[in-house]
Amino acid sequence: MRNLIYLSVVFPLIGFLVNGLLGRKFKSEKVVGIIGSGAVGAAFLVVLAAFVETLRMPEEGRALIVTLFQWVKAGNLDVSIAYQIDQLSLVMGLVVTGVGFLIHIYSIGYMHGDKGFWRFFTYLNLFIFAMMNLVLADNFLLMFLGWEGVGLCSYLLIGFWYDRKFEKSTTSDAAKKAFVVNRIGDFGFLIGMFLIYLNFGSLNFTTVFAKAGVGNIPESTFTLIALCLFIGAAGKSAQIPLFVWLPDAMAGPTPVSALIHAATMVTAGVYLVARCSIIYASAPMALTVVAVIGLATAFFAATVGLVQTDIKKVLAYSTVSQLGYMFLAMGMGAFSAGIFHVVTHAFFKALLFLGAGSVIHGMHDEQDIRKYGNLKKYMPKTAKTFLIAAIAISGIPPFAGFFSKDEILWEAFSVGGFGFWIFGVITALFTAFYMFRLYFLTFEGKERFDSHHVHPHESPAVMTIPLMILAFLSIVGGFLGMPAIFVGEEGNLFGRWLAPIFKSAETKIFTGAEHSHLMEILLMAISVAGAALAIYFAKFVYLHKPEIAEKVSAKLKPIYTTLLNKYYVDEIYDAVVVNPIRLVSESFLWKITDVKLIDGLLNKSAALVDYLSGYIRKIQTGAVQFYAIIMMTGILAALFWIIKSL
Amino acid sequence: MIESYIPIFLVFGFAILFSLAVVFSSSLFGPQRPNAEKMTTYESGVKPIGLANERVSVKYYLVAMLFIIFDLEVIFVYPWAVKFKSLYAQQGIQVFWAMIVFLTVFEVGFLYAFKKGGFKWD
Amino acid sequence: MEMKDLFYAMPLLIVGGGILLILLIDMFFKGGKKIIPALTFFILLGTAYYSLFTINQLPIGLMPVSEFGLFYGMLSFGGKAHLFYFLFNFGSAIAVLIANDYLKKIETEYSEYYILLLSSVLGMMLIAGSRNLVMIFIGLEQMSISFYALAGYRRKNILSNEAALKYFLLGSFATGFLIYGMAFIFGTAQSMMLIDIFSQTSVLVKNPLFMIGILLFLIGFTFKIAAVPFHMWAPDVYEGSPTSVTALMATVGKAAAFSAILLIFVSVAKMGPNSVFSSMFSVVAVLSMLYGSIAAIAQKDIKRMLAYSSIAHAGYMTIGLAAVNPSGIAGIIFYLVAYTFMNLGAFGIIALLESKEGKFLSIEDYKGLGTRQPFLAASLAIIMFALSGIPPFAGFFGKYYIFLAAIQSGDTWLALVGVLSSVISVYFYLRVVVYMYFSKSDDESAILEISQTGLLAVIASLVLVIAFGLAPGSLIRLISGLI
Repeated sequence: MRNLIYLSVVFPLIGFLVNGLLGRKFKSEKVVGIIGSGAVGAAFLVVLAAFVETLRMPEEGRALIVTLFQWVKAGNLDVSIAYQIDQLSLVMGLVVTGVGFLIHIYSIGYMHGDKGFWRFFTYLNLFIFAMMNLVLADNFLLMFLGWEGVGLCSYLLIGFWYDRKFEKSTTSDAAKKAFVVNRIGDFGFLIGMFLIYLNFGSLNFTTVFAKAGVGNIPESTFTLIALCLFIGAAGKSAQIPLFVWLPDAMAGPTPVSALIHAATMVTAGVYLVARCSIIYASAPMALTVVAVIGLATAFFAATVGLVQTDIKKVLAYSTVSQLGYMFLAMGMGAFSAGIFHVVTHAFFKALLFLGAGSVIHGMHDEQDIRKYGNLKKYMPKTAKTFLIAAIAISGIPPFAGFFSKDEILWEAFSVGGFGFWIFGVITALFTAFYMFRLYFLTFEGKERFDSHHVHPHESPAVMTIPLMILAFLSIVGGFLGMPAIFVGEEGNLFGRWLAPIFKSAETKIFTGAEHSHLMEILLMAISVAGAALAIYFAKFVYLHKPEIAEKVSAKLKPIYTTLLNKYYVDEIYDAVVVNPIRLVSESFLWKITDVKLIDGLLNKSAALVDYLSGYIRKIQTGAVQFYAIIMMTGILAALFWIIKSL
Repeated sequence: MIESYIPIFLVFGFAILFSLAVVFSSSLFGPQRPNAEKMTTYESGVKPIGLANERVSVKYYLVAMLFIIFDLEVIFVYPWAVKFKSLYAQQGIQVFWAMIVFLTVFEVGFLYAFKKGGFKWD
Repeated sequence: MEMKDLFYAMPLLIVGGGILLILLIDMFFKGGKKIIPALTFFILLGTAYYSLFTINQLPIGLMPVSEFGLFYGMLSFGGKAHLFYFLFNFGSAIAVLIANDYLKKIETEYSEYYILLLSSVLGMMLIAGSRNLVMIFIGLEQMSISFYALAGYRRKNILSNEAALKYFLLGSFATGFLIYGMAFIFGTAQSMMLIDIFSQTSVLVKNPLFMIGILLFLIGFTFKIAAVPFHMWAPDVYEGSPTSVTALMATVGKAAAFSAILLIFVSVAKMGPNSVFSSMFSVVAVLSMLYGSIAAIAQKDIKRMLAYSSIAHAGYMTIGLAAVNPSGIAGIIFYLVAYTFMNLGAFGIIALLESKEGKFLSIEDYKGLGTRQPFLAASLAIIMFALSGIPPFAGFFGKYYIFLAAIQSGDTWLALVGVLSSVISVYFYLRVVVYMYFSKSDDESAILEISQTGLLAVIASLVLVIAFGLAPGSLIRLISGLI
């Protein structure tokens, strides 16, 4: 099965083609849904089979490259469509297809009755195709193809309901924003890729990383490449300063938010950094930048999440914040911890979004949490699974989030020091608080909606079953990566699995600092206790004494409004970047450069060619004798030339 | 290498001389006593009708072309037949089959012309 | 020669046997006429696949020049020859699909069409596989005479008659020079075998008669590829011939002429990169590219426009000759493959739309096609993009490899002229797209039924155009391995 790994890319492509070309004609949601989900399910089985097979193999021989065909050949550049199997790509592949499959199933229920049902599944399949290219690629160019592909799908799906309003504008504007901001990141990726080719003479991972490991290239080059790639990663994974698109991306249907903007696509940046771990390990400065930006993003987004009132906005900022954690882990050189968080986060964040989708579905498209309350009564399954996810993300043991987050916090402490750790813990507390604020406001307390007109209902089984599966994974997922102090180095299955990938990078940055086990347990206890406290506090404020919340927000009005308006980042960007650029393009670039200079020049030369063409046309008289004369002239000229040259 | 062409040049020269000789010898040696009857155009003893540079029916060309088929056949088969024995000694039976293949292709073409009415006058 | 040696000549035997078979069916079975197009199609397809899969299996240049070798060493098998066999057969198979319903539509359906088509393919194969000047000539004549007849296939159409006559007159004129050239080559090298000519080239270069011979030989085929200044026939002939015939002549016919040029090109390559021929090819390339692109702009008939565009394409490919290096030759073959399927697609679509009265021959008629025939319009748009060399379609990589070869051999200016000409050509290619999508049609009447086989031909070409654009590496690697 390992040799057939490309099938996991081909199946979604087939699903995309079938649904895209014939979907409109099927006239049956069932057929479209089964084809769409089936394609991803089949892809999942392929990856799973490859994974099981790989597990049985000895550690040294696990990497495999399956080349389909040569793609680009130009000079020294030789790029193939080739897929790489190794521990990292398999993990990512399993998450993408596995979670993707569940979300496809869920979408059959969620999108029921939508007039663009087939279009939705077409885009989703295309997304899985692109994402699998991204994670399985064996070279930067193919990865970039997937990278751009997921960006395109993200754009298409954010603007899926192109006729709907979103906040102050339309969903198309949100989609455009996502696309443009991502393009800025892509630019960094491209420059990084050019630099890699320039310095390593290849774009294949194996070649590049082997050369990077040898180390006859100056550190400054590594730093430059690493930073350029990080710009790309920051764009895709919504890190400061390119995070602004992700909250707006909530304009898309909720399964899209779950799949693309929580579980898979946004983690592509983390994957990129992990994949290039050796490059980052050779550039300590870049690592620090990654860590600081990650931490700042985590903290900043968590504070914004405290006050948002839109259920999806809260989750969006939570996603930005959790992605910050992952980058923090990367910056600490704890690559496998970061990837571990990618996996657990995919479980519980997809669950949260799908739960939110279920709520929105049941509440007839109402998204304001102030208008929810006591939904537990109406949708018990959604409530229970949502609670599990909330516990998981808050970092309460033994749920999945605890293990992955705790590993990151411990790395932050042992590598970065107390400063990194304390901000990480505060962020974790904020997370626990706003998550439970969300939970309590939505599912507990009194109904704050007009129960005469609004009749919340539980979602159909096709939606709740994926919720349950994800809830199960959110509970047990963490046991794959138990901390070493509990089960020993051998017990951390996840870390051991990924170890060969990051071995060379980790030996390069290993600091040798040792801390006592007691310290680790102490820190763990502090963060768990803090989270529990935060949850209790949320319960107290929002369930028992709602007036406290209002009082506090009234008292701290300036801070509250700043947070509510997301630190006015969008407004600042508009004023500092967007509007000046627009002004310059309109008044100078368009009206002078484009219209006068370029168009003028172009039109003049086109007119010249047109004029010439009219002349040349007349040579073709139609008289065959004349044609023969022209031929003869040509022959005579050639003869004359050749005789003269001898 | 130019020497190897000498026989061909000789043939050329002989042909030219011979044709010239045939044409001019009659006027050179024969008696010439012209009268009005003798000077009229000869057309199989019948009085000539119309002009000589008349348009000829396209069917003549068709027949002429079909004639070429036989012409080619003979040109190819005759030398082959003449040299057959020595060729056979050299290369074996394939010499025979080669000609059969040629003739098959050839006869199918001939048959085609026949079937399509190439030999019918109207 | 042994019986099993005939196995090597399989592609030739299948096509040759096919001609006889179809002739016999046509003669003796009245009801058999219906299966003739299908039979022709499968003969061509079968030969195409046989050739493709034996490219690497057969020893290249199988028979040394021995007196009693297979066909006396006059033909070579495997390798490049089979690649060309594949191209000819596969392209012609698509042309058969185009022709089938088109001929019914214009009411000129006779089985001779398919016989002539097969016969022209046999001629092309003889050219591409030949190792002997006489063999080249026989192949060329077989191809050309079939084409002359095919061009005038619409007997009652005055344009078709004109096309046939012009093509025949000028074609014979060019063939005269070709034979003259062969005579000079034979006279100086004292052999008709290419292998002998190549081995003596370094000595013969100093012989003016030999050089003139090569020149005249090349001119004979430059006529066939329709490069300036031997291009004058192309617009009239392409316009007047039935569209399905134009599709054949413009694509595989041109490929066959290029295969002949590549045969003798071994000799030219031995004269080094700075020989007089290289400069001559540069001049021809520049003239063809610019002339073709500029003249195409003023055209109102789409077939005529494509004729000029094919002159320009001949110019691009000639750059590969002027470069005189292996990557140039590989580029030409790649370009030929790409060009063949692009043009088959384009002419296929025209044949699908064209009516007996000649509707859809004027570019104006394509107005508003985007809404009337969305699939055909989209296909035509893709093909126009491909022809103008916009990635990711096959046409882009064709130009890319050719220009790359020119730059490698130091003729950067040629590549620049090529790019300039491509830019000009975008104008007339995209005009079709603009008409299809951004203009309203004055005539909303339904288009006649779209032929299924023709549609299949268009889809097949389209798939290949896209596939070679997405994965050019595999093809160019295959080609490079054969040179």
